[in-house]
Amino acid sequence: MTALRAPLAAVTSGLDLQTSFTTTLQGIGLTPATAHLLWLPLPMLLVLVAAVVGVLVNVWLERKISAAVQQRIGPEYAGALGVLQPLADGLKLLFKEDIIPARADGLLFTLGPVLVLIPVILSWLVVPFGQHLLISDVGIGVFLWIALSSIQPIGLLMSGYASNNKYSLLGGLRAAAQSISYEIPLALAVLAVVMMSNSLSTIDIVNQQSGAGILSWNIWRQPVGFLIFWICALAECERLPFDLPEAEEELVAGYQTEYAGMKFALFYLGSYINLVLSALLVAVLYLGGWGFPIPVEWLAGALGQSVDAPVVQVITGSLGIVMTVLKAYLLVFIAILLRWTLPRVRIDQLLDLGWKFLLPIALVNLLVTAGLKLAFPAFFGG
Amino acid sequence: MFVLPGYDAFLGFLLISAAVPVLALVTNKLLAPQSRSGERRLTYESGMEPIGGAWIQFNIRYYMFALVFVIFDVETVFLYPWAVAFHRLGLLAFIEALIFISILVVALAYAWRKGALEWS
Repeated sequence: MTALRAPLAAVTSGLDLQTSFTTTLQGIGLTPATAHLLWLPLPMLLVLVAAVVGVLVNVWLERKISAAVQQRIGPEYAGALGVLQPLADGLKLLFKEDIIPARADGLLFTLGPVLVLIPVILSWLVVPFGQHLLISDVGIGVFLWIALSSIQPIGLLMSGYASNNKYSLLGGLRAAAQSISYEIPLALAVLAVVMMSNSLSTIDIVNQQSGAGILSWNIWRQPVGFLIFWICALAECERLPFDLPEAEEELVAGYQTEYAGMKFALFYLGSYINLVLSALLVAVLYLGGWGFPIPVEWLAGALGQSVDAPVVQVITGSLGIVMTVLKAYLLVFIAILLRWTLPRVRIDQLLDLGWKFLLPIALVNLLVTAGLKLAFPAFFGG
Repeated sequence: MFVLPGYDAFLGFLLISAAVPVLALVTNKLLAPQSRSGERRLTYESGMEPIGGAWIQFNIRYYMFALVFVIFDVETVFLYPWAVAFHRLGLLAFIEALIFISILVVALAYAWRKGALEWS
């Protein structure tokens, strides 16, 4: 697998907690296999907690920023500035009665939200916070995310159908149609980035953007791809202006109309995890991932420190996590502001935008990238 | 045991992410009160008593979009290996992909002309 990848000479090793952990355990007499098994659940649980905390912060930000946009105060009683409000909401939903309508299909009704949530959590497998700070660097990286994200509309369709409610069914159908319309431009935009990195792995994609700091980020070489990806990501997350599946003026609440209690909470959690995940992936694909705007090698050199010194590695590792999160939340902030800026599109406008505008543009973008890569290989990843 | 590296973590994370909704629903089942009467199990719909069910035959307008989607989704699957290996294939691969994409653009133009991309 590694032999197929492009050689990355200039990349520093960075913080590698897995190797330190397993060598320590082997030092006290455990076999490598046992040490590996003991290591495996740690990053997973950490990422899961990070995702949930990310959602809580996101919900709080959304409510506070929405309030600020509308000149309200927003949540303020639960904790300082209302920071505990999302947690209180979550706990409330945990104690709410679970209602399955008598005329609904009980099995599909329960399976729907579960099927929506699992793929969005699972996609965090490939989100990198540093050179070795991700759960697993599977070779297919972004492709895994795209494959997983196409499972979600099945869950939405399922819950829309199972509710036995006209509005839910229409909402579920809309969700599926919207998701398939924007999946292809999204995949084509990702393909252009993949072509520049010669790899599907998220780690290689970020490493390809390191070197000259902010100047080497993909957004400068893929401005069109960035816009396509961002529009498609908003549509896939069903964010305004693309929230047609749950347009409250037309469809009550779309596919979630009949849901209450924990199943509603699963939908809610799923959609916010998806938003944070999409923002993180935009940061990884176009904004240099964990990269600092000024290369850390230069900074360390200016301060007279070696990049491989343990202290510097811990600092750059933490800086990488902070940078990834900052970039992602900047995009979340833009998404929240877009929500209060743009009116909702109609379904025919939505489909026209996807099929008649974004798809041709994404195809042209891919071919132009391929042509430029042939003409100027040095600037487009060799 | 695992032929490809890194996929043992995929299996593990699949189990963990599947455990999240299951645990949430089980906790909810244990903590939340149970329904007392049949009234609340009525379909809510829009607040009125629903007239008829939703499991009926009607015109799903997204049918043609789904067909076009299948064509282009298969196209992107073919393009993934091309994009990853492009730096080693060079000009010939570019021309081949150009021909491949042109054929699909013709297909898109045909579908467009035929009105398959119209929502009406």
